[in-house]
Amino acid sequence: MTAPAVSRTWTGAIRARAVRELPPEQMLPDRQPVYVASWIYVFGVLTLAAFLVVLVSGGVLALKGPQWWHRSSTGHFVNSLHLWSVELFMAFMVIHLWGKFFMAAWRGRRAMTWVTGAVCFLGSIGTAFTGYLVQSNLDSQWISTQAKDGLNAAGIGAFFNVLDFGQMLMWHIVLLPLVVGFVVCIHIVQVRRRGVVPPMEIDPRDAIPEEVTS
Amino acid sequence: MTAETQKWAGRTREYDLVKEFVIALLVVSVLTVALAALFSSPDEKQITISTWSRHAPNDFVLTAATELDGTSGTATYGAPYTHTADAAQKIGPVSLQHIAGVTHPVDTVTDFVITPLTGVPADSALTTALGQWQGAGTSQRQRWASSYDDALAKVTDNDPAKVPPGDYGPVPVMLNRLLTMAQSGGLDGALLAQKQFFATDYTKPLLFIADGSYLEDRARAQHLGGDQWGMMNETGNYPGQAWLWLYTFWYQVKPFSTSPNADALVWGLMALLSLALVLVPFIPGVRSIPRWVPVHRLIWRDYYRGMRPPDGYLSASDVARPVQVSRRPIGGQVHDDDAGADAGRDREHDDGEAAGASGYGGRSV
Repeated sequence: MTAPAVSRTWTGAIRARAVRELPPEQMLPDRQPVYVASWIYVFGVLTLAAFLVVLVSGGVLALKGPQWWHRSSTGHFVNSLHLWSVELFMAFMVIHLWGKFFMAAWRGRRAMTWVTGAVCFLGSIGTAFTGYLVQSNLDSQWISTQAKDGLNAAGIGAFFNVLDFGQMLMWHIVLLPLVVGFVVCIHIVQVRRRGVVPPMEIDPRDAIPEEVTS
Repeated sequence: MTAETQKWAGRTREYDLVKEFVIALLVVSVLTVALAALFSSPDEKQITISTWSRHAPNDFVLTAATELDGTSGTATYGAPYTHTADAAQKIGPVSLQHIAGVTHPVDTVTDFVITPLTGVPADSALTTALGQWQGAGTSQRQRWASSYDDALAKVTDNDPAKVPPGDYGPVPVMLNRLLTMAQSGGLDGALLAQKQFFATDYTKPLLFIADGSYLEDRARAQHLGGDQWGMMNETGNYPGQAWLWLYTFWYQVKPFSTSPNADALVWGLMALLSLALVLVPFIPGVRSIPRWVPVHRLIWRDYYRGMRPPDGYLSASDVARPVQVSRRPIGGQVHDDDAGADAGRDREHDDGEAAGASGYGGRSV
C-alpha cells in the first residue's frame, strides 16, 4: 500500500499543520486528568457561557439601534439582560483569573495561555467601558467627561475620543468584541493544546512511565 | 521535559466538556433573565443644554461667560482641544498629552458662542451686538468679557439681573440671547451640527456642559463624584464597573489625590500594572506567590488527599527524572492501559470513595 501523496498546495500545508497541531481528540477530549475535579474549573466555562449571552443580548441591541432601549420596555429588558450578563461575565472571569493565578497555571509552557487570558480580561474592561459610554444617558455623559481627562493625559484621547458617541459605538459593537472574541479563541485553543496545568506536586502513580522518560 | 510541559500521562477521568458548556450556558441564561427581571437596569435621563439652561440659567450664563473670556475648563484645557501653554499633564519630564497634539481643536468663543448666535434670525439687538463684537479688537473683547465674567461671579447666585452697570460692551446682550437659544433647544443642535447634518460627535456639547456645575451636581447626587469613587459607580443602587476599583482607588490617595498630574500618573501606573498582569509568568517573585500561598492545596485538595503516603509526593517539575520516577512498584502492571484504573481502584478502596464520584478510569496517554 502506498502512502497518500503529500499535498504541495498552501491549503494542504495549512490542513496538515492544523491537524498536527490541533488534533480533534485534543481539541475536544472526553477525558481529563484526575486532578481536574474542583469547582474552580467551572468558572472558565461559566465565563465563556456568559460571554455568549453578552454577545447575543448585545447583538439584539445592535439590531434595534442605540436608542431603542430608551423608548421600549422590551428594549429596556434586553438592555437589562446585557447589563447583568456583563456583570456575571466579569465576576466569573475575575474568579477564573484568581483561580488560575493560585494554580500558577502558566507552568509548563503555558505562559501564552495566561497571557491571552490576561489580555482577554483587559480587553473586556475596555469593551465594558465603551459600553457604559454609549448608554446615552446621564451615566455615560458623566463617565465620558471624567474619563477624557485620564485618556487625554496619557495621549490616548487624541485618537480615542470618548466624547464621540459614534466612534465609541463602533469600538463597542465591532472592534473590541472582535478583538476579545479572537483572543478568547486563541486562549481556548491554548488551553486545549497544552492541557490543564497539573498540581504542583504529583502523585507517583501519575508519574511518567520509565519507558517514556528513559 | 518535565511533567508540567508534556501531555498528562497519569490517571484520567471521564469529563464531558460539551455537556458542561451546555449546562453552564443554561445556568447563566436563567440567572441573567432572573437578574434582569428582578432588578432591571438604570437609565437616568441625560442632560441637554436645554434642560441645563432651564433648570440652572445662572450657571449656564456664568459658564458661557467663561467660554467667552477664555477662562473655562475647556478654554484652558490644552491638548487635544486647545494650544494652551503648560496645560498638558506630565509624567516626570514627559508629556504624552502634549506629544499627541491638538487633534480636536475647540475655540470656545467661536464654537460655543459666536457661531451659534450668528444663526439666530431676525434679532436686531443681537445683530448690533455681534457687529460690535466683531468690530472690536482682541484686547477690547477680552476686557468686556472678563469684566462681565468677574461681575457675574461676584453677585448673589451669579444672577445676571443683579450685575451692576459696567463696561461690558455687547456681552450681556450676547449671553442673554445665547440663554434664550439654549432654553429653546437651539444650542443643542447648533453645537452638534456645526459641520454636517448627520452628527454623532458630542465633543463640543459635552465639553460645554461639563464646564458648568449642573452636570457635576447631578452626578454627585448619584454618588458619581471623583471623591465618591466616581466612574466605577452606576446611577441608583446598581453595580457599576466594579472592575475599575484599582483605577479609581489611586485617585483617593496621595500623591495622586493632590497632584496636578494625577491623571497622567494614575494612567501611567495602571498601564504598568496591566503589563505586569499580562507578564506575571515572567516576573520573578510574583510568579512564585502561588507556591508560597497554599490556595492550590485547597483547589486540588481531593487529589492531594488521595496521594500515597509511603511514596510522598513529587514536585511536578521533578517527576520526569527517570531515576526518581517509576510507576512500576506502585501501579502494578504499567504496560497496559488499565494500570491507571487499577491504581484508581486501589485508592478508592483505601479512601472509601465511591468509584462514580471519583470518576477514575483508564489512563489515556
